[in-house]
Amino acid sequence: MTTPLFETKNLKKYFPVKGGVLNRKMTDVKAVDDVSFAIHSGETLSIVGESGCGKSTTGRAILRLEEPTDGEIYFDGEDFRKLSKSQLRKRRKDIQIIFQDPYASLNPRQKVKQILDEAMAIQGVVPKKDRPARIRELMEVVGLRPQQAERYPHEFSGGQRQRIGIARALSVDPKLIVCDEAVSALDVSTQAQVLNLLKDLQRKFDLTFLFISHDLGVVRHISDRVVVMYLGKIVEIADKKSLFDSPHHPYTRALLSAIPVPDPERKTERIVLEGDVPSPMNPPSGCRFHTRCPFATEICKQEEPELRTAGDMVDGHQAACHHMEEIVEQYGKTPSVQE
Amino acid sequence: MAATDKTPILKVEGLQTSFFTHDGEVKAVDGVDFEVGANETLGIVGESGSGKSITSLSIMQLVESPGKIKGGSINLTGEDLLKKSKSQFAKYRGNRVSMIFQEPMTSLNPVFTVGHQVSEALRIHKKLGKKDARQEAIRMLKLVGIPAPEDRAKRYPHELSGGMRQRVMIAIALSCDPELLIADEPTTALDVTIQAQILELIKNLQESSGMAVLIITHDLGVIAETADKVAVMYAGEVVEQADVKTLFKRPLHPYTKGLMNAIPRHDVDMDELEVIKGTVPSSAEMPSGCRFMKRCPYASEICETHPSLATPTHNYGVEDDSGAVRCWIYTEEWDTATKKQEVQ
Repeated sequence: MTTPLFETKNLKKYFPVKGGVLNRKMTDVKAVDDVSFAIHSGETLSIVGESGCGKSTTGRAILRLEEPTDGEIYFDGEDFRKLSKSQLRKRRKDIQIIFQDPYASLNPRQKVKQILDEAMAIQGVVPKKDRPARIRELMEVVGLRPQQAERYPHEFSGGQRQRIGIARALSVDPKLIVCDEAVSALDVSTQAQVLNLLKDLQRKFDLTFLFISHDLGVVRHISDRVVVMYLGKIVEIADKKSLFDSPHHPYTRALLSAIPVPDPERKTERIVLEGDVPSPMNPPSGCRFHTRCPFATEICKQEEPELRTAGDMVDGHQAACHHMEEIVEQYGKTPSVQE
Repeated sequence: MAATDKTPILKVEGLQTSFFTHDGEVKAVDGVDFEVGANETLGIVGESGSGKSITSLSIMQLVESPGKIKGGSINLTGEDLLKKSKSQFAKYRGNRVSMIFQEPMTSLNPVFTVGHQVSEALRIHKKLGKKDARQEAIRMLKLVGIPAPEDRAKRYPHELSGGMRQRVMIAIALSCDPELLIADEPTTALDVTIQAQILELIKNLQESSGMAVLIITHDLGVIAETADKVAVMYAGEVVEQADVKTLFKRPLHPYTKGLMNAIPRHDVDMDELEVIKGTVPSSAEMPSGCRFMKRCPYASEICETHPSLATPTHNYGVEDDSGAVRCWIYTEEWDTATKKQEVQ
């Protein structure tokens, strides 16, 4: 395999919790705790998990929007964490991000053409005289009319605004686009439009996506590979097919079985998880999932499981569970769906 | 499946709710009919702006100015709620009809303990004394699956997780044993594993109390899992109504079909998602005929005339008479109209 476009090793992001009379650091919220993965050129890697699992912080930390506490980040072979501020700014041209709320991330006082122009001017990718043509082209690429570039963000619907966000990201010819819950705020019909657009653009411009989402349906649709996170850790990583057809980690299995299926005749055998996600300030010892796991035993409380490949897994599929072999043997490969 | 032969618990007929803004009247809900029986769950599904939430707020008479219920009737076991005075209806709200909302944090009062908030409803509606109300509140908290209810009753909303807060909301809503529970996007703000817990809880509580449930959501998965009957809303109208199995087996309205094919599913591989082109028209550009017309792949000349919600008689294949659809395709007129077009 060739060198990946992007790689992070042992990424950590801790947020200090201050308190007491002297406002001293009391403890850390370990939002991202020792996460490693790579993204290859042209693929879509998704990070999926529930609120508080650290998926968004991971996305922000690899862009250095939040300076990581520890760990390595390589982009195109270059050590991303060693870059100075000004070098980083130039490098940001290659990694763009699209946020969940397109309205909050567009300047309401700028016309769309100004928004797009500014992005290109800062990165110096397109000479000034060529920019109007490029703006027209970008508008068409994302399915808007070129004349609409004269309008302000509030004149657009949610789906259209997200298209503007995509156009802005594309304007600087990035290599990697991080989509942080990019379609979560949209209605199903608009969501489908934007998802199809992202897939089209990827084919057309050979883009690489890091797709962060809580919606496993969306993730299945868009991804090549999937990372499942729980409380700041990766619990399972696999290509899409293996993850959905043969999930090994009990959390992945529970997550998949919890999603309501839009088919009333299909009975799902649900693994209902007890309780809530524990606080990342004081995560459980051993396996972080053991407090909610129906299969937990003594070892899970004491030893933290490593990501590993079990005998029946395909290459590149890893899960962090002490008992995955027994669970898969006992409950079969697909956890939930029975015709 | 629930029995519907008796008088329904809730019967809504011709409900119209409008907002009177500077730019004119916005018909948020425009002639909506449905009924829900005891022990039955009706799901209302639609996208933003379809009028599903305004429908539920209208039933609770919580529509705020400049919104107004313009017409129609809302019958609760035969009594027209719209004919009640404000103070009369206040005795029903939270008592015989209860509602839970999407965001439990904003619907709970941050300065009172949850125990206080659950007992408040009991003291007002059931006229219980302080002590009895407290005891009953703890029993309710236990019923909705809150561990250590005596302790949790002393906590404030911000000390609880999102799932726990929603359980508290459910405890408040059910404390007076309502005949009807309206759940407006009850799990939208929650994570899937917590959503599964809450949906299960509502179902179990319904089984034991026999209340009617009206569940409002944009999520067809939640509908498939919880509802007995479904009403699909689009631009203020019900465009299709059927029992849940029929609806998912053979959706008729082009909008319902489009919606179902637009959902990316975690259990099936789909190459390309089907797309409903365009967006919901604003009230200014609302077509006078079929409101879905401009986005509909089958739109024809006859669609310039507003279709009514009717039992399909044509072109729908399967022989069964349940359900209704607001589309010309399933009427006799469609055949004559399209034939005429072909000749021209």
